Amino acid sequence: MAAQSNLKNMVMVLGLTCLLCSAILGGAYALTKEPIDAAAVAKTNKAIGAVLPAFDETTYESVDVDGKTYNYYKAVKGGETVGYAVESTVVGFGGPLSLMVGVTPDGVVHNTSVLSHAETPGLGAKCNTDAKFMAQWEGFDPSAKILSVKKDGGDVDAITASTITSRAYTEAVKNALAAVSVISSGIEKSNVEEEKAHE
Amino acid sequence: MEYFLIIISAIFVNNIVLAQFLGICPYLGVSNKLSTATGMSMAVCFVITLATLVTYLINKYLLVPFQLEFLQTIAFILVIAALVQMVEIVLKKVSPSLYQALGIFLPLITTNCAVLGVAITVVTKEFTFGLPSHMLNLGEALVYAFATSLGYGLAMVIFAGIREHLAMNDVPKAFKGVPIALVSVGILALAFMGFSGMVK
Amino acid sequence: MSKNFKLITEGLVKNNPTFVLLLGMCPTLATTTSAINGLSMGLATLFVLVLSNMAISLIAPVVPDKVHIPVYIVVIATFVTLLQFLMQAYTPAMYETLGLFIPLIVVNCIVLGRAEAFASKNGVLASACDGIGVGLGFTGSLTVLGLVREILGSGSVFGWNFIGGNDGMLAFVMAPGAFLCLGYLMVLFNRFFKKN
Repeated sequence: MAAQSNLKNMVMVLGLTCLLCSAILGGAYALTKEPIDAAAVAKTNKAIGAVLPAFDETTYESVDVDGKTYNYYKAVKGGETVGYAVESTVVGFGGPLSLMVGVTPDGVVHNTSVLSHAETPGLGAKCNTDAKFMAQWEGFDPSAKILSVKKDGGDVDAITASTITSRAYTEAVKNALAAVSVISSGIEKSNVEEEKAHE
Repeated sequence: MEYFLIIISAIFVNNIVLAQFLGICPYLGVSNKLSTATGMSMAVCFVITLATLVTYLINKYLLVPFQLEFLQTIAFILVIAALVQMVEIVLKKVSPSLYQALGIFLPLITTNCAVLGVAITVVTKEFTFGLPSHMLNLGEALVYAFATSLGYGLAMVIFAGIREHLAMNDVPKAFKGVPIALVSVGILALAFMGFSGMVK
Repeated sequence: MSKNFKLITEGLVKNNPTFVLLLGMCPTLATTTSAINGLSMGLATLFVLVLSNMAISLIAPVVPDKVHIPVYIVVIATFVTLLQFLMQAYTPAMYETLGLFIPLIVVNCIVLGRAEAFASKNGVLASACDGIGVGLGFTGSLTVLGLVREILGSGSVFGWNFIGGNDGMLAFVMAPGAFLCLGYLMVLFNRFFKKN
């Protein structure tokens, strides 16, 4: 069975095993790095595609709103901005709740998608599966509806028995809309400045 | 305030055994008697805190700068195994009485997934604790690890108490041993669910 | 060949890791929120179990006795990390669902237990069969537990909802249900399979 132990062969076998295993893993890491990155990119692209109208290409940018940085993808089609997909993270019931919120330049929510969450399975986690809850975000116009859950006097239908998750979700959308208003006002401002410069 | 939230969260809301399912094997294995349960809890407490300190530093100053994060699992488990051995040797020399109390539990701890679980969690997961979600810094990680192991001890001691009573009762044959223990833990977990959502 | 076949079938019932040997409780309880999650976790463990059993049966004769545990752990950790890469690349959604419990296969007592008790003393083929048998037994119990919890907790089978609406008994998807279901399943297993 097992070989006799002495210091020399113990160190040698252990060292050799570690070295060999690290080498194998290094190789495997190099080989799988590309598909892993591709999978992550595919996930993000899927989320962007789900929350925005059709577009040609996106650029990754960031904006500061009230001391918080928001990363967003600006989607362009035929030279015209068709929307912004904003990554918005808030504190949910069980931990961080991260959304991708698609907003068209007129300030209307195009759609939303959950990037990651730590909500209770079967309750808050339904924010990712409950068809009724998810459908109401499609085309949500904050100028026509009040962006808070019905319990707080708004127009958002909460998930049954998960008011806190629904509130957090609503807050994430609200933050994303605020970010977009800063983004587009910034762009308008620069347009105005450009126009002034033309004069 | 933040540390207070971490402590409450780790002990009650996200109890490592009853909500996160880590360290179940020793939990079921040594909870027959209150005295062994206390000994095991203290040993786990000691090792989890120490292991988190070491793995956190190794991850931050060795694995991340050299882009070797892919060796995380392998490095952490080796560090934990070596650490447990060292703790055993040091305890034997420095404090024979403490070694008497904890010694027999130490070899079991290497394969206690609570230790590796906490070590990996603190360097990979984002937490909130009333703040915007962020990675834990060293101080928070240590408080989290220590509080988590206190939660382990709490669950262990409560359960050992229950089991000492169970042993005196007439349990149906098919339920004897682990099955009735699991059903009891289920009810205990149900009670701990009352804490959920208290700290985010 | 019949000997190897017997090794496979023994892992399923007689040496069932969950119900008889009571090993690997953490992933058993944590990842069985639905049948498909339980099945995936079982298959992930099967992958590591078979490969580490084979590798360890090959190297066991040259490993000095005093360092055999650390060496086995390094070998197991290597296969677990390989599995992590593969899952991240090709099944990222499932990798996220199972989360922490994939790296924790390293400390799953089943894997190290089989390495110690079987692979270090037997040939490659027999060790592989042992790995398949125990792995399938583990996968089977996880799938059954996941199925029961999914039926009770979400009213669905492998994602197919049979009660319409979402009025399952939620406690069964959450932590308490895991302990209760496993406890009662073990009672049934003891009642019908354990003959003594």
